[in-house]
Amino acid sequence: MNDETKKGKTRREFLNDVLIGGFGAWMMAILYPVISYLDPPKSKEVKVSQVNIGKSSEIEKNSGKIIRFGEKPVLVIKKNNGEYSAFMAECTHLNCTVQYRKDLGLIYCACHNGKYDLNGKVVSGPPPAPLQKYEVALKGDEVIVYKGEG
Amino acid sequence: MSKEKLHSSSTETGKADSAINKWLDDRFQLAALREFAKHKSVPKFRETIWYYFGGIALLLFLVQVCTGILLVMYYKGTEDSAFESVRFIDAKVNFGWLIRSIHSWSANLMILAIFIHMFSIYFLKSFRKPRELTWYTGIGLLFVTMAFGFSGYLLPWNELAYFATKVGTDITGQVPVVGKFMLTLMRGGADVTGATLSRFFGIHVALFPGIFAIFLMLHLLFIQRQGMSEPEEWAKLDPKEKKTIPFFPNFMLRELLIWLIVINILAVLAVYFPWELGKKADAFASAPQGIKPEWYFLFMFQILKYIPGKVWLFDGEVLGVLFFGVGIGLWVLVPFWDSKIKSGHRNKILTYIGIGIVVFMITFTTIAWIAG
Repeated sequence: MNDETKKGKTRREFLNDVLIGGFGAWMMAILYPVISYLDPPKSKEVKVSQVNIGKSSEIEKNSGKIIRFGEKPVLVIKKNNGEYSAFMAECTHLNCTVQYRKDLGLIYCACHNGKYDLNGKVVSGPPPAPLQKYEVALKGDEVIVYKGEG
Repeated sequence: MSKEKLHSSSTETGKADSAINKWLDDRFQLAALREFAKHKSVPKFRETIWYYFGGIALLLFLVQVCTGILLVMYYKGTEDSAFESVRFIDAKVNFGWLIRSIHSWSANLMILAIFIHMFSIYFLKSFRKPRELTWYTGIGLLFVTMAFGFSGYLLPWNELAYFATKVGTDITGQVPVVGKFMLTLMRGGADVTGATLSRFFGIHVALFPGIFAIFLMLHLLFIQRQGMSEPEEWAKLDPKEKKTIPFFPNFMLRELLIWLIVINILAVLAVYFPWELGKKADAFASAPQGIKPEWYFLFMFQILKYIPGKVWLFDGEVLGVLFFGVGIGLWVLVPFWDSKIKSGHRNKILTYIGIGIVVFMITFTTIAWIAG
């Protein structure tokens, strides 16, 4: 027996290996297309460079508004002094959409009590990183939100 | 049944029954099955009450299948029409509100019944050799049921469901290495959209019932093959001292009576506390205040609030995922590590761990509930 195994594989062992290998390859041939099918095709994202959100005179001070920036929600805040700031509205913790809380003067995520200041920095709660900043510019009375370089 | 007895049966129905029995017996040889049914029994002791909960979970699963089939007749699984179709079921379809309410309540009661069943098996130590595989298939059933709950929750496409799915899938995205791929696979893209809804609808009505059926078949097969688990103290008893109830018909009739009670509870809940639909999901609205997941995810949800953003070098949410991953993994593998504990304190240690987990879950669920 030992001599036989030393010499090499028996015909039975060889056929077993071929069968197992063949079965593995067959499984791969099924699984690969299935997994690839489930991975959604990359759809062409419409590149949005800026969004006009309306007239500044019509936006209340000390208020926040979610706007659609391409496929993403962006939170635009008009502060008490009339200045604007804008952030990606998805909480950096677990992806919920944040809101501006007038009463707290903070950006707040209702899902897990995350709080950010008006510069997007984490004040308290579980978010691990600040909110991504967007830029706001005024063209006459029109408020334009655009993506900063950072 | 002997021929003499067959002929002696006096009534016409009796004759017809016997004829059918004989016809079946000739073809399927049912004698062995009848013999098996005659000897099937359930231990009668202080804790027998817990033996009914697996059956309750089974009943509620059957309710889910029936009401689910009815809901599919009107439900439309697309972003534009999901919410409207559920509102249509609620408002226009005859008894639509009742069917949907029963489906939602029964789903929750089913999870409760499975939890009670699982903890009773744990505390009675029925998962021990030779029933390890029954435990593992049972855990499989719990996981599939929770996945049923999670996927079904999104289908009405309302605000609460939308954010619960965002958070739930994002948690999957935190899993090291495969997380991002899993997230895309679940969402059908980078965000929760109509593509996610289509996927969830598909797996909720086609994939999960199939997986559930396989686990359920194995679970029941193992139980039939090994018989009901007896309390550990019985090992020392003489067979004559062991009190049992015959399964057919005694235990079965009691179980049916309990099923009747559960159906009544379900009906009262569904009628007096109809399941709300809420507001339609809007991807460009903030998460509403007081948002929280279904009660069975509440304790995890509350813990996630406490873990800070960064713990030393690690992201808090990754640590949270790892914490629950390891905890659940250990719980699942209890038949494995329990067998390694020395027999002296084995039962006590296990009971204390179990009590600790139950207290932990109830405490954080209550805190989340009160915090609103």
